[in-house]
Amino acid sequence: MITRDDIQNVSGYKKPQPPEKKIKLRKFNWSRVMIYAVMVVLLSVTGYTLTHLDTANVKIGDAIHGLMMTLNQIFLQPRAGSDGVMPLLSALGISLLLAIMTTIIGAVIGFLFAVIASRNLTNAYFGAIIRVVMAIIRAIPTIVWVLIFSIVCGLGTNAAILGLSFHSIAYLTKAYSESIEEIDQTTIEALKVTGSKFWVIVFQAIWPTIIASLVSWTFIRLEINFANAIAVGAAAGAGGIGYQLFVASGMSFDFHEVGFIVYLIIGVTILLEFIAVKLRQMYITK
Amino acid sequence: MSSPIKFLAQKHRKQTVIIAVIGSIYALSSWILNFDSFSGFTAVPKAFTWLGVNFSPTSESVELLPRIWQKLIETVALAVSSTVVAAIIALFVAILGSKATGINNYVHVIVRGIASFFRNIPLVAWAMILLFSFKQSDFTGFLALLLMTVGYLIRAFMEIIEDEASETMMALKATGASYFQVIFQAVLPQIMPSLISWVLYMIENNVRDATLVGILTGTGIGFIFDLYFKSFRFDAVGMTILAIIIVVIVLEVLSNQIRKVIL
Repeated sequence: MITRDDIQNVSGYKKPQPPEKKIKLRKFNWSRVMIYAVMVVLLSVTGYTLTHLDTANVKIGDAIHGLMMTLNQIFLQPRAGSDGVMPLLSALGISLLLAIMTTIIGAVIGFLFAVIASRNLTNAYFGAIIRVVMAIIRAIPTIVWVLIFSIVCGLGTNAAILGLSFHSIAYLTKAYSESIEEIDQTTIEALKVTGSKFWVIVFQAIWPTIIASLVSWTFIRLEINFANAIAVGAAAGAGGIGYQLFVASGMSFDFHEVGFIVYLIIGVTILLEFIAVKLRQMYITK
Repeated sequence: MSSPIKFLAQKHRKQTVIIAVIGSIYALSSWILNFDSFSGFTAVPKAFTWLGVNFSPTSESVELLPRIWQKLIETVALAVSSTVVAAIIALFVAILGSKATGINNYVHVIVRGIASFFRNIPLVAWAMILLFSFKQSDFTGFLALLLMTVGYLIRAFMEIIEDEASETMMALKATGASYFQVIFQAVLPQIMPSLISWVLYMIENNVRDATLVGILTGTGIGFIFDLYFKSFRFDAVGMTILAIIIVVIVLEVLSNQIRKVIL
């Protein structure tokens, strides 16, 4: 009788062997290794920091109880307090104006620098220098800029405007030049071929192409500047609602007033966010 | 259909109006804020010559360097730990609240509301409120950064889950995988790179914000800066700023390199 084995012997057929190695379920890639490495580093730094944190011997239970009382006063019983509503509203207006004005300065000067710094438009070396300078300016916190200018101009709105503008210029230069670098090179070359001058290319080709991202970056910066204007008012005494917040919470301990101020600020930020969303929709649908 | 000439005239008019509006907002603001643009901007070169003279390092300020570094590293560690803890909390909340993985639409709306609330309360307010009950300690700075970061990260993570993980989730659900299998095998691996990228961005941001919180709550590098600044030891102030610049730029370069590998 012919068995299966005989057939195999005659025809040279071999029974399929199970593969020696297991099939790899995951392909090795650097991305995964890097993700794990970053996670391990971050978690160990966190673990070390949290176990060595200086808590000034505050009893956590008491502190949380106190915090709850304060939060209750702030969010459930907001009152204008001794300052009255009108002065607070005008302080809010000053902070908002500070934010708007420094954003305008930042946008205008930032756009000029961005055009010079973009790799696809100009001389590489000159652009590189501007990018490095802007990175250094960005690295210094806004509050530090304001304090530096306050030595020269005196404490007040002038120092606040200059300090906020500096950081805005550096931030917007980076944001705008990234948008400019995303432009299709052919658009620029097409205009260059016609013999257009540099600024004609900028305002006829680049400006219309990136206007949507320009507007949305500018509004993001306006929101950041409003938050910064408050911070600067509180930490550098540069006026506005931030200073009122600092006085109410750090000097007169009137937390009802803090609540009122916080609600005012939240109102403005939500309004700004709303306008930004609407504007973005308008430019995207166009 | 409008002729080209008409179109250009219209465009021209529109541009003029926009420039005029922005210009008048600027003029009005500078009038209300009492800001003289000319003397303001001429103060800039003056400020820099002043900086060059007074901030230049002296032998005395070089001696302070170890102390400055120690405080700066403490500040960076604080920023990192508050961001990581915030990220862990935000990830849980975002999974519960996102449209793709969440419980239901009500939870989604509530979570979005809470995130927006935490995000919009200014950092100054958090710092001052916490300072009142938790006193002057690193823990206060940690909490202030944590609360603010949670607000930002919940929103970011929810958007990431909705944008990036929906399709993989659908594929796994079709095979009959359970909810937790879907979360751990599809959602988390899929969103991890963007998640880390956001965490790195928030760390950069928080190092800068930690300076502000430090000035208000009297901790870390902000405290040292404020101390030197208010006692007019400008050479030491210059040294502190230099150290901040170096650390922030190193962090930025590092996280850009990491991003290039993982994304």
